[in-house]
Amino acid sequence: MPAISLTHYVVLSALLFSIGLFGVLTKRNAVAVLICIELMLNAVNINLVAFSKYITPADFVGQIFSIFVITVAAAEVGVGLAIIIAIYRNRLSVNLDDFDWLKW
Amino acid sequence: MPFDPSALTLEMLVAALGLGILVLGLIVPKGSRHGLGWLTLFGLLGILGVAVSMWGDSRELIGGMYLVDNYALFWKITFLLAAALVVLGSMRYVDDMGSQAEYYSMTVFAALGMMVMASAGDFITLYLGLELMTIAFIILVCFRKTDAKSVEAGMKYVLLAGMSSAVLLYGMSLLYGLTGSVIMLNVSQVIAVQPLTPALILAVVLLIAGLGFKISAVPFHMWSPDVYEGAPTPVTSFLAMGSKAASFAVLLRLFVTGLPGIWANWTMVVAILAAVTMIVGNLVAIPQTNVKRLLAYSSIAQAGYIMVGLITASEAGIKGVMFYAFLYVFATVGAFTVAGYFYSVTGSDELKDYAGLSQRSPLMAAVMLVALLSMAGIPPLAGFVGKFYLFKTIVDGYLWLAFIGLIMSMVSVYYYLRVALVMYRDEPLDPTPIKLPSPVAVTLILAMVVTMVVGIYPGPLSEVVNSAAHSFFLH
Repeated sequence: MPAISLTHYVVLSALLFSIGLFGVLTKRNAVAVLICIELMLNAVNINLVAFSKYITPADFVGQIFSIFVITVAAAEVGVGLAIIIAIYRNRLSVNLDDFDWLKW
Repeated sequence: MPFDPSALTLEMLVAALGLGILVLGLIVPKGSRHGLGWLTLFGLLGILGVAVSMWGDSRELIGGMYLVDNYALFWKITFLLAAALVVLGSMRYVDDMGSQAEYYSMTVFAALGMMVMASAGDFITLYLGLELMTIAFIILVCFRKTDAKSVEAGMKYVLLAGMSSAVLLYGMSLLYGLTGSVIMLNVSQVIAVQPLTPALILAVVLLIAGLGFKISAVPFHMWSPDVYEGAPTPVTSFLAMGSKAASFAVLLRLFVTGLPGIWANWTMVVAILAAVTMIVGNLVAIPQTNVKRLLAYSSIAQAGYIMVGLITASEAGIKGVMFYAFLYVFATVGAFTVAGYFYSVTGSDELKDYAGLSQRSPLMAAVMLVALLSMAGIPPLAGFVGKFYLFKTIVDGYLWLAFIGLIMSMVSVYYYLRVALVMYRDEPLDPTPIKLPSPVAVTLILAMVVTMVVGIYPGPLSEVVNSAAHSFFLH
């Protein structure tokens, strides 16, 4: 069995990113879309940490970057969930197909 | 190199202002929070003064992670001016919404995010600035939280902004993997000696897509009409000019400083994106009946014009982008302040309700007219000079794009003048005059005067922009 190399990490991250992107574009539930955005951001984190270990093992730029990404993503999800709660109180729904008041 | 905090004076002052307003809002009793708007305004103007006095400062902090130069400073002055004008023009509107402290401090934080973006020299700083701005804007967009339209706009914005950030980040992570650095100056050195691999192409495509969302370039523009229409009007104006200008500042840094070698391969893609953006923005604006939505599509078209300056990536192109973005701030403030105040008085954004506005409030109608004509690029106004600087850079090589820009400007005159026609020809349904409170009147007069003066006498501003564009290449 071959050892786990950088390629494995990058392929995993690419898969995760694609699954997340697919979910964002197809899911109709707002919470599910937020989760899919998290998948995309975590794909980025895997990339950053793997590159940090294999390409620049001497400095930790990639790991520091991923900590920032995790922190900011948490803030963004906090705001996103607050909005979902606000919209649920307004319309009693979190289904994106119901939000069509603004359309040309 | 020792770390010198004095280079961050502006950012620290703005952060202190934003936090101070937030805390004051909790301490000050409900009835007397009206003064917070004035405090924000004078705070921003004071910081603007400091910014102007820092002109000429050129430094690199932490090995190029943070770049302080005239280029960044010019953008920061633009953002501070934009924030101050938005605050001045929206005080009445905000009083109607309630919770002033949060509104003003989020506006200040959004401006802080933009300022960080303008100075960003590496991907981490860029991402943090971008997210600070975006999250502040998300909160501002759904500020009228009992209004279903506003919350719906906020929801669309948070989901699409999150997705576009993720796409942008994935591109950055690939670029980090390919070059082993997140600092743009180092990235450019590694990229210069590397062949064009598929991974590099993917990274650049993701970067263009991620930032394309932020500047609402077609085909990544779907979110902006909805968000612009649903958001409170002062927020829309700040979003239309500030977030767009900051994204252009970052685009230039990223592609001209970070990826200069491969940028030459991408100019055709950007030219096509610019052309499509101009065409779609202007054509879809024609059938609009809601003034905010019309201005939203017009702002998509404006992004198309500004993208023209990215193509040559030369000093002249950068100058065009900065000059146009600066003018666009005043035209946008003029148009949206009229729309915002009109909404406070009548509760409507529909074009048909603007009938006879010239009789009800001559100043509002005049400012709207000047702002729209400037966006269309009619000669004595500032927009003409801006478009001239932008399109001048591409006449050799991309003449077809200049033609498309010209034709689309003519198309835009049609729907801009439709607004003018309704305001000046039609009889008002409700002839009561609209009384303007003095902050709104001052904002409108300022926007109109600057738009006219820069159009007639662009020399001084042009000199300043020249010096800013020149400093861009000194790193």
